Amino acid sequence: MQHTISVLVENEFGVLSRVSSLFSGRGFNIDSLTVAPTNEEGMSRMTIVTRGDEKILEQITKQLNKLIDIIKVIDFTDGSGIERELALIKVTAEDESRAEVLRIVDIFRAKIIDVTPKSYTIEATGNPVKIDAILDLLRPLGLKELVRTGAVAIGRGAKGWKG
Amino acid sequence: MKMNGARILLECLKKEGVDTIFGYPGGTVINIYDELFSFKDIRHILPRHEQAGTHAADGYARATGRVGVCLATSGPGATNTVTGIATAYMDSIPMVIITGQVPTPLIGNDAFQEVDIIGITRPCTKHSFLVRDVKDLAMIMKKAFYIARSGRPGPVLVDFPKDVQIAQAEFSYPETVEIRSYKPTLGGHPRQVEKAMALMLEAHRPVMYVGGGAVLGNASDELTQLARMLTIPVTTTLMGLGSFPENDPNSLGMLGMHGAYCANMAMTNADLIVAIGARFDDRVTGKLTTFAPHAKIIHVDVDPTSIKKNVRVDLPIVGDVKDVLSKMIKQADKLSDKVAEFKAALAPWHSDISGWKEKHPIGYKESSTIIKPQFVIQKLRELSDADAIISTDVGQHQMWTAQFFQFNKPRTLLTSGGLGTMGFGLPAAMGAQAAYPGRQVITICGDGGVQMNIQEMATLVQNKLPVKIVILNNNFLGMVRQWQELFFDKRYSSTCMELPIDFVKLAEAYGAKGFSSSKPSDVEKIIKQGFKEQGPVIMEFKIAREEKVLPMVPAGAALNEMVLNA
Repeated sequence: MQHTISVLVENEFGVLSRVSSLFSGRGFNIDSLTVAPTNEEGMSRMTIVTRGDEKILEQITKQLNKLIDIIKVIDFTDGSGIERELALIKVTAEDESRAEVLRIVDIFRAKIIDVTPKSYTIEATGNPVKIDAILDLLRPLGLKELVRTGAVAIGRGAKGWKG
Repeated sequence: MKMNGARILLECLKKEGVDTIFGYPGGTVINIYDELFSFKDIRHILPRHEQAGTHAADGYARATGRVGVCLATSGPGATNTVTGIATAYMDSIPMVIITGQVPTPLIGNDAFQEVDIIGITRPCTKHSFLVRDVKDLAMIMKKAFYIARSGRPGPVLVDFPKDVQIAQAEFSYPETVEIRSYKPTLGGHPRQVEKAMALMLEAHRPVMYVGGGAVLGNASDELTQLARMLTIPVTTTLMGLGSFPENDPNSLGMLGMHGAYCANMAMTNADLIVAIGARFDDRVTGKLTTFAPHAKIIHVDVDPTSIKKNVRVDLPIVGDVKDVLSKMIKQADKLSDKVAEFKAALAPWHSDISGWKEKHPIGYKESSTIIKPQFVIQKLRELSDADAIISTDVGQHQMWTAQFFQFNKPRTLLTSGGLGTMGFGLPAAMGAQAAYPGRQVITICGDGGVQMNIQEMATLVQNKLPVKIVILNNNFLGMVRQWQELFFDKRYSSTCMELPIDFVKLAEAYGAKGFSSSKPSDVEKIIKQGFKEQGPVIMEFKIAREEKVLPMVPAGAALNEMVLNA
């Protein structure tokens, strides 16, 4: 089962490698990982999408918490979070497919951010399932290149992560 | 007052109460050595290899409970510490390792003797720091010592570039340290303790399974008190030996792959296991699917990751073992009527255990013509001081020591349990002897492991560290040979140490004394003579070459499927 975990970390030297080497050293999977600074000085936030059963997830959470530079680990698996991902998609768009691509972009409320006579580059955001769906539709038309950011997640409701 | 980074480092060590460090000079630590030259508050011991220096700091930490400190230069000096760091990490030993690093502008340029030691040691340190600004040094040192010794202890590495050692700053050592992302849970939850006590008093076949956490957490007194109050049988892991007196009637001795029959049978038949500072290692559980099939499990550990990692747990208690055991004792005091009832109902369980003890006690076949290794260990027990510190290497002699020495006090056995590091015994004994010059320190080694750090004979003699080195010589890498005998049709591939070493001459070459014999009748005489010597001594015993460590649970078998005679 897939799990989305937010990890608040001290913005210290080597923190990303501590996290990634924990995953590789213990044989945990990483489907995606994003990291960037937060509104609090010296603090960054990672969103990690991983896979495993309940026992593995418990170990992942505990092992992450054990790293000295990790401030908090939040598991959004129970649907308590909202996830978004951004994708940049370069797709073949010639003759009759140009209109089809535009229709798909419109339906998914995506944007065309670069145009050539032979291609469109699309910016799509949404939860990762939505990104998968637009890709499924664009793939038969000729996908040239794809960049996904990986999911970021935030808790639902009025409260911040500190409660 | 302004001082350079090298001096600030030494002042920090002094503030942390460090009296001894083990270090090896080199280009990127020469400024530290220059400060050490006139710094009188710290004793510096020069090992002959950085790996040995790291093991010595580890041995110092294991014997004293304080943080062990070692120092190495960048590059090869730093990489030589890696085995020592991994050894300490696996056994949760508090250490601070200081490595020199090339000047900060050169980092990443493949400079001479540059290596990314933080990267290399990331999986085997509790934490690490790169000192980039001399102004941060004092706080980094404060944090390093705090992290090394608190919670589940472990090694912390401080990588210290040469230019930062030269840079000047005001020195003031922080009084307190606060790390918002690191707050180990020390107090066991009172409600969980109450529940645990209730579970314990309902049990009819309880066992306490105790690991190195009880030694590291200085919880021997509480453990002993609780076990005696409730008359619960206690088995320890290799790392737990000494936390509970083995001469107590409630002691089952060591469990696991080479554990006592009664201990493994008790675990398999128990209806309740109280795990204290232990981590259900594969050498302890045997085949997991058949491990303790009837038992509920209470697991007390300061490290939440140890809980439910390998086995299911019915009641977890995260906390310092000393705190949790004290709370359990208080709770048992309150429930004295129930405790009396519980103890009375344990009679059949105690009689089962006595039956197992009698049926297959730990033993061996004696001989009057050839020295049996077990006999040497028993003689060492008999002739050594009650507070003697024993270190071992890894292999057969280590298991014979665990089985036959009988450890009654914590921190008297120093052994590499988790990583299983050959070459650990001699330098670890060196570290313990540096901490306790007046105590008897004995290292029990095989002929294989002792040669992995034999150069430390020089350090012992130079520093007047009178470690007694006992070598059980079978001219084999005995434990691997035993596996080859049992599981590979006696195909002794590369396990025979074909060149006989003259260990007496070797001792003499270093300026120490050496004794050797292959006769059982000499054993007592040599040990007595060796113990009487003022300086370091090698006592070599040429033992029965193909003696095996038994009983043995073959890897992957169930704990009650022990090979008793083979």
